[in-house]
Amino acid sequence: MTEHPEDEILKRQRERARLMAWLLGAFVVLLFLITVAKIGLNR
Amino acid sequence: MTPSIAQPSLPADWRDLVALTKPRVMSLVVFTGLCGLLAAPVQLPAVLGFTAILCIALGAGAAGALNQWYEADLDAKMRRTANRPLPARRMERQTALHFGVGLGAFSVLLMGLATNYLAAGLLAVSILFYVLIYTVWLKRRTAQNIVIGGAAGAFPPLIGWVAATGRVDLLPVLLFAIIFLWTPPHFWALSLFVRSDYANANVPMLPVVAGIQNTRLQVLLYSVTVVIAGIAPYALGLTGLVYGIAAVVLNTVFLVLAAAVFTNRAEDPSGMKPERRLFAFSILYLFALFSAVVIDRWTIA
Repeated sequence: MTEHPEDEILKRQRERARLMAWLLGAFVVLLFLITVAKIGLNR
Repeated sequence: MTPSIAQPSLPADWRDLVALTKPRVMSLVVFTGLCGLLAAPVQLPAVLGFTAILCIALGAGAAGALNQWYEADLDAKMRRTANRPLPARRMERQTALHFGVGLGAFSVLLMGLATNYLAAGLLAVSILFYVLIYTVWLKRRTAQNIVIGGAAGAFPPLIGWVAATGRVDLLPVLLFAIIFLWTPPHFWALSLFVRSDYANANVPMLPVVAGIQNTRLQVLLYSVTVVIAGIAPYALGLTGLVYGIAAVVLNTVFLVLAAAVFTNRAEDPSGMKPERRLFAFSILYLFALFSAVVIDRWTIA
């Protein structure tokens, strides 16, 4: 069986969590901008 | 021992998730989608246009991920693809499946939310077409895999146009036709000089099944149809002189290079310069022709 150093697992999890946080933040901003643009179109 | 032994308990690296989306293929998809969007007579607000292109890119990425999930065994047999995350065992297959399905569903929903549900429906169809019709059904069964499967890659300009206008018109259908007909000579030129790879993986690409000379004839015949489709937008009065001149020049070069492939008699990949040249030019062709559509439409406007 191959053993992985725990810090490598933690490092990857941390990297992915940080990336997901950025992507979610960007998604929230994008949704806000889409909403504003849609409201503008419907005026 | 190799360092790429299966490591199921190690979470996938995010760079491998990006690699699953086939970023290089995506660039052409994004570009043609963008051209469809920009050539449309309706201008979307920038953020909606950006979102439409983002969704096309994410949809293509999802299709690429699901393709790699299904074809991990094939990829392992071909030199060109053996280092992808799944065959190199840097990621579990289920991770790729979840990632692909999630990304595909997200891209379709976001497209519907930001633009319209016809564009979202077309995006869903293009993803499903690539995964189910091309990857699962055709690729391993018939030498016509590329001919029919090419439709999946032809959707982006149509989706871009529909995202902007909410309807299907003749010009984006012709743009669809150009990519659809362009795909066989493009991939057959490639498959001629990597024929052994496909043969080793038991993929029934045309050169493996029908022989090299027959494939060269098919490349030429399909190139004629590419030329007809490429000229059609100008001939039908849907574009102006800018596109007309670009189309004549680009299609002439395409046909000349296809004829050089047809007259080539080399059996060894080292003698297949005409095939390599056509393959390289075909990429430039698509970029240049679609740029011409946009420039032409803007010139007319």
